[in-house]
Amino acid sequence: MENEIKLVSGAMVTLSLATAAMIVVPFLQLKDVPPPPALKPYTSQELRGRQVYMANGCIACHTQQPSSTGAGIADAARGWGRPSVAGDYHYDQPPLLGTMRTGPDLFNIGVRQPSADWHLGHLFQPRAYVAGSTMPAYGFLFEVKDEAAVVKGERVVVLPPGTVPAGKAVVAKPEALDLVAYLQGLKREYPVLTPAQAEAAARLLPGEAKPAGAAPAPSNADDRGGSDAAPETNS
Amino acid sequence: MNPTALLLATFLLSIAGLFAFIWSLRKGLFDAESSGARTIFSPGEVGQPEEPTASAAQQRGLEQVVAAHAEPAAGIDAGELAAREAADRSSAFPAFVLLGAAAVWLIVASAAGLLSSLKLHWPDLLTDQAWLTLGRLRTIHLNAVAYGWAPMGLLGLATWMLPRLLKTPFVGSRLVIVGAVIWNAGLVAGLGGIAIGINAGMEWLEIPWQVGLLFAIGGMLIGLPMAFMLQRRKVHHLYVSVWYMGAALFWFPTLYIVAKIPGVHFGVEQATMNWWFGHNVLGLFFTPLSLACVYYFLPKVIGRPVRSYNLSLLGFWTLAFFYGQVGAHHLIGGPIPEWLITLSIVQSVMMIIPVVAFSVNQHLTLKGHFSALKHSYVLRFIAFGAMMYTLASLQGSMEALRSVNAVTHFTHFTVAHAHLGMYGFVSMVIFGGAYFALPRILDIPWPKPALINLHFWLVVAGFAVYMVTLSIGGILQGLVLLDPARPFMDSVAVTLPWLQGRSIGGALMTLGHCVFAWHVLLMTVRSGVLTRPDRATAALARA
Repeated sequence: MENEIKLVSGAMVTLSLATAAMIVVPFLQLKDVPPPPALKPYTSQELRGRQVYMANGCIACHTQQPSSTGAGIADAARGWGRPSVAGDYHYDQPPLLGTMRTGPDLFNIGVRQPSADWHLGHLFQPRAYVAGSTMPAYGFLFEVKDEAAVVKGERVVVLPPGTVPAGKAVVAKPEALDLVAYLQGLKREYPVLTPAQAEAAARLLPGEAKPAGAAPAPSNADDRGGSDAAPETNS
Repeated sequence: MNPTALLLATFLLSIAGLFAFIWSLRKGLFDAESSGARTIFSPGEVGQPEEPTASAAQQRGLEQVVAAHAEPAAGIDAGELAAREAADRSSAFPAFVLLGAAAVWLIVASAAGLLSSLKLHWPDLLTDQAWLTLGRLRTIHLNAVAYGWAPMGLLGLATWMLPRLLKTPFVGSRLVIVGAVIWNAGLVAGLGGIAIGINAGMEWLEIPWQVGLLFAIGGMLIGLPMAFMLQRRKVHHLYVSVWYMGAALFWFPTLYIVAKIPGVHFGVEQATMNWWFGHNVLGLFFTPLSLACVYYFLPKVIGRPVRSYNLSLLGFWTLAFFYGQVGAHHLIGGPIPEWLITLSIVQSVMMIIPVVAFSVNQHLTLKGHFSALKHSYVLRFIAFGAMMYTLASLQGSMEALRSVNAVTHFTHFTVAHAHLGMYGFVSMVIFGGAYFALPRILDIPWPKPALINLHFWLVVAGFAVYMVTLSIGGILQGLVLLDPARPFMDSVAVTLPWLQGRSIGGALMTLGHCVFAWHVLLMTVRSGVLTRPDRATAALARA
């Protein structure tokens, strides 16, 4: 090759083709997709919680996309919900799809774990709730202080016995409360298919799986150790 | 998108490709060798190895290997050698600044990576500080590699190669140095931001666009000299390394600016953009720059031109055409248009063409010279890197297939695959290039050549452990995730021993990096480049 102009223009043409295919056409195709009517925008506390989620790189271990292929059937069986669709992410800036399932998918964690106490305690010490969990303990989102020093209005976390020394109390910082509000709000139970589509999809799925669009069964297969306000100890 | 139109477009494109192929045959583009490949050699140099790390004994060994397959070299005349020396001097200081920065970021990235790896199977390790949490450290690791070690190293080698490839003294040393300072300032700000929780929330794009502006400006200043030099070049022919470097230096800013421009991307479209960028920064920036290094250093060490020059032409244009569209295979099964995923899978498989073109070419070039690996450290790193490119790319093509992806998606296998490319290929090539270039840049030999050998075996052993354990762990994890009868926690438990194995591999690699960085520091101190400012200013003045 002798001509640098040809080289650079050729290189830019190939990149333009790729950009057209990967960015421009999806942009045009998706820009008018409306949000599902039942999907609500985030509250300001949830948005703050979303920032905490991003700041701590939760995306490194958690996806937010129950899949439609591969593990999709298992996703549904684990109660992770129907496969997500483009409209589900209408209010997500940016979308937090993630690429790793070192931890479970969180797209519907608010359905599986509605309790704020569970979330707070689990963030403080995951292993007190889920045996064998490798999730980091987020101790820096909490303050451990003497029970006597707790001020009125502070959120004291109810923890399984033995997690903190006697006489000490764990108080959630605002970041922890925001994050939990966000996690509790992650519920996509609304249907995204027309009834006819849902029926057609149900015929394609094997017997046990729920039809697409139906509310996911609140299962705690992945979060053993209590799905309710009063956590069980694991030891 | 209308599937019929897509099929028709694909069909027409294949027909056009077929005619291009026939035309290239008519023009003799596939002939075994053309004179272009000899551009990097001076008259009389073919058949003469260049290996700055070799001891006298290694040099003799190399010469024997080379002499067995070629006419003895006539030798380069003194004028040519002086010109090459002048070329090396002209780029020495900017290349040193970039490579030095790369070595520093390598250590930062390795420390963050190793600690993240330990935390994956030791979750209560260092949990009191927010910045030491896994999500932040892993992000710091990724960004320190993606914006520190790899681009600084590759741009340093490109800066050093350019005067040799274009036979033109380096132009704009000051621009490169200022650009490197701005870029590194951006990196410090970006990584510091991630540590305190400022994160834009997309993989590979965590550094916010306000800081990204510094990369854009710094990168432009580092890249500009190339544009100046292309205009002033004294060679008629542009060698294959120049194509790759030239294209990469235009591709990367386009990618980064499109990805970071605020207020354009939304919802799922932003996710497709994310992987368009995330994959293309590998394919259209790190890969071409690394291939440019392989195409220069490998023939240079064994004193033999690239065998099939036109195969490299095919490799270049097919890479340019196919690689840009493979990113959506990261979202198979995701909430994005199905045609986009299919397109990416097809293009991922098409990537076999440039990869095989490159691999066959390098193999033919090295054929008969494999015993040179015994005598040349540089060749070991470069040849290892080139082989890992083949392996990583073919693995990538397989992984994009829906059936394979069903198992590997969302698992540690993907992480192993990323390291095969970014470490096995890119990093090993940078190591090899640095071992070749730094003695020319600092004008003294490596102080302790035995350390190079130690570095090589530490990282190769560590990398082998890393790859094997993490790949197995990832596949086992994927199989559990696919089985609805097994609870999710089984997929965590099954990976634990393999994650521990990965940490051992990572520790060996980190140790190897410390050996490398120590050696670079030792050489820098002995060369006096840091203690004698007159030398630095002299280098600047010549530019």
